[in-house]
Amino acid sequence: MTTDTINESLDDTHNDDHHDHKMTGLKRWLYTTNHKDIGTLYLWFSFIMLLTGGALAMVIRAELFQPGLQIVEPDFFNQLTTVHGLIMVFGAIMPAFTGFANWMIPMMIGAPDMALPRMNNWSFWILPFAFAILLSSFFMESGAPNFGWTFYAPLSTTYSNGSTAFFVFAVHIMGISSIMGAINIVVTIMNLRAPGMTYMKMPLFVWTFFITAYLLIAVMPVLAGVVTMLLTDTYFGTSFFDAAGGGDPVMFQHIFWFFGHPEVYIMILPAFGIVSTIIPAFARKKLFGYSSMVYATASIALLSFIVWAHHMFTTGMPLFGELFFMYCTMLIAVPTGVKVFNWVATMWRGSMTFEVPMLFSIAFVILFTIGGFSGLMLAMTPVDFQYHDTYFVVAHFHYVLVTGSLFSIYAGAYYWLPKWTGHMFNEPLAKWHFWCSLISVNLLFFPMHFLGLAGMPRRIPDYALQFADFNKWVSIGGFAFGLSQLIFLAVVIKCIKGGDKAPAKPWDGAEGLEWTVASPAPYHTFSTPPKVD
Amino acid sequence: MSRGNQSWLMGAWLFFTSLLSSSAWADTQLNLTKGVTAVSREVYDLHMLVLYICTAIGVVVFGAMFWSMIFHRKSKGAKAADFHESTKVEILWTAIPIVILIAMAVPATSTLINMEDNDNSEVTIQITGSQWKWHYKYFDQNIEYYSVLSTPREQYENQNGSFAGNGAQKGEDYLLEVDKPLVIPANKKVRFLITSDDVIHSWWVPAFAVKQDANPGFINEAWTNVDEPGIYRGQCAELCGKDHGFMPIVVEVKSVADYDAWLNEQNALTAQAADAEKASLSASMSKDELMQLGEATYMAHCAACHQPTGLGLPPTFPALKGSAVATQGSIAEHISLVVNGKGMMPPFGKQLSLKEIAAVVTYERNAWGNDTGDLVQSSDVKAAGEE
Repeated sequence: MTTDTINESLDDTHNDDHHDHKMTGLKRWLYTTNHKDIGTLYLWFSFIMLLTGGALAMVIRAELFQPGLQIVEPDFFNQLTTVHGLIMVFGAIMPAFTGFANWMIPMMIGAPDMALPRMNNWSFWILPFAFAILLSSFFMESGAPNFGWTFYAPLSTTYSNGSTAFFVFAVHIMGISSIMGAINIVVTIMNLRAPGMTYMKMPLFVWTFFITAYLLIAVMPVLAGVVTMLLTDTYFGTSFFDAAGGGDPVMFQHIFWFFGHPEVYIMILPAFGIVSTIIPAFARKKLFGYSSMVYATASIALLSFIVWAHHMFTTGMPLFGELFFMYCTMLIAVPTGVKVFNWVATMWRGSMTFEVPMLFSIAFVILFTIGGFSGLMLAMTPVDFQYHDTYFVVAHFHYVLVTGSLFSIYAGAYYWLPKWTGHMFNEPLAKWHFWCSLISVNLLFFPMHFLGLAGMPRRIPDYALQFADFNKWVSIGGFAFGLSQLIFLAVVIKCIKGGDKAPAKPWDGAEGLEWTVASPAPYHTFSTPPKVD
Repeated sequence: MSRGNQSWLMGAWLFFTSLLSSSAWADTQLNLTKGVTAVSREVYDLHMLVLYICTAIGVVVFGAMFWSMIFHRKSKGAKAADFHESTKVEILWTAIPIVILIAMAVPATSTLINMEDNDNSEVTIQITGSQWKWHYKYFDQNIEYYSVLSTPREQYENQNGSFAGNGAQKGEDYLLEVDKPLVIPANKKVRFLITSDDVIHSWWVPAFAVKQDANPGFINEAWTNVDEPGIYRGQCAELCGKDHGFMPIVVEVKSVADYDAWLNEQNALTAQAADAEKASLSASMSKDELMQLGEATYMAHCAACHQPTGLGLPPTFPALKGSAVATQGSIAEHISLVVNGKGMMPPFGKQLSLKEIAAVVTYERNAWGNDTGDLVQSSDVKAAGEE
């Protein structure tokens, strides 16, 4: 086929003069290859998953409200913690970031769409099936996966309740979706940047997603491998993780965490990108140390491959291994510190206003840093022996994932809602969402530090009496935080339905190509690339 | 301030004071335990060192943030400066953290090297985790036994009440008490060899700063040297299935003299038990005796999975009520299943006496309307084992 015929066939699909044509109703969403539609689908899907995972968490907190088994059986409790973790990681946080990538990357680099629009459609539409499979196991005789989201063998193989096959199949589909999404991001950024936009002129947001996409491509196949080994161990008589057949259960943990640690950064690097976009906008001052931010992101990504065994200090590693992983883990504090210092320096002597995106970003910087501090404490091997598998760890990763990743997602959603919907959101209601979330989330997670230090193990359905008081507070915080997220739903629905008309650039300090197009962004943007100098 | 505001504040105040005044705040522990060993105190000091460093960094960083949030706001007429990079500053705030990290890594390394030095121990005990109990075996002694949760089921299954005010019925050491604690001597280096019979467990006693995974098929080492006799409690720290929250660890540390006396007593008990096994072979128990002992044994060892009602938790834990094994199958097969286990069912041959196995099999074949009328004696169990 010559170039001409390709162009002709492309013209056939685009022979309509006004570009805003799209199918109506359900078909529009099923068949869409438009990056904005797919971004919207990802964002709604992740919010539904957030509420689903949150509902599971609220049952957990109700059971832990006071000592004794009140509401659920211990085995069902384990199913709740497992599926809560899987849904929040793979269903809420990761798809939300992919939603941002879809909506914003083409608009930020001046591209007409993602580079691989049909794959884009597919990578979204297999996701609902993955989670339908995972959640359907709740209604089966075996019950849902009950071995923790980390699915350590042999609890998930020889001793599983029969849900392993569903779990493995669901994870495979999620992995395929993530890999396709990541390839699309890499190809788009490498090929579709507007003329003049060199790599070091890309918005930091685009950089963080670029690096995250490489992490995904590197480690999702490792996850696919480990769940496949799990599958054959459970059903086909292999012994990868069974000592009786010459295998090693600790090897499972090495492979899992070789995926699992970069995965942690997959969920936080895009958050850095969002916050690095918002803070300069409301401080009305350029991001401090752009290039050091790029290098810090890249170093965190590289370091993430050599720290995995800090999740495994109690498994009986040799001393040399423990020292190596302790030192490497402590090193991560350096680039992470650089990022925090740069955000503070960006705010320093700025001209700040505190609209809702900025409030969430500031809360992000402070609370993520608290999560970073507990991370540094956990890095110290001798002390980790005390912290490991207690509520101290639960507090740590919820500070970085909820007040870190999730808060950045809220910050970004409020920041770009006017661009997405064409309306300004209801500011007082959004402020209610912020303050309710901020107070309840700290009531929810801060006392968990104390519980862990006092010796409460994680993943237990009932606890000794000295933990009763804090657990009551934590549960109250949990219910309040869960309900506060409904305010966000109200804000978004109101904003879609109406509200003050948003100008092309509603935030006077905002920068970037996305603000050069109208609000709401037209269905097709940058059909001719803009010139960047 | 308006009236509405005041009553709202009053309500909030009452709510928080009611939370603060609830039961046991005086006992509530906020910080890591200092523990009772030299190592655990080193670990505590390290914890405090890092905590202070993090707090200091936090004060500086958050202080700068709040300063600029208060003074560099547009509403106060602040004009944005236009600096956006400084190589000097960036080198500085890369270098300073590295120095701080080295200051933390040095003591951490020396503590860790000390913790991993398992040589020159005076007592060695093998710890084996299984779902959901611990087994302790003393090297060079004729002593080994299981250690199982001793909190009565009524206390945690909440049969005594609803949400309100059932705390009183729970014992002081609720979920942190066992039938037979591990006993070790004070002021001696005690080495633990830790492994598992099924899934991964983790043996943790906070007061010793010892937490070591029990991996099936592999043996891990840990050690402690406790200064003070006393009772120290911990829990399994690695998710190990349904009753992960119900396999506590209790260690009783005795003075050397008391420990030696305890060893003699236990060795004598082991000999006695062997005699009793022999005697039970020729003895014949009545149905009532068998059913009584059988019920007690069943509740302690079988009910966690097969449930007090015999209905189990299918599909993972099958029902015994009306089951093929307990009603139609041969007695010998039933005994073999209890003694040797099968799949997820653990073997109980090591854990129960011949008499207890005979009783529990009798109980399972006659309880819950199974009514086979079969009576099983110790000699039957022995015979089934020899087949």
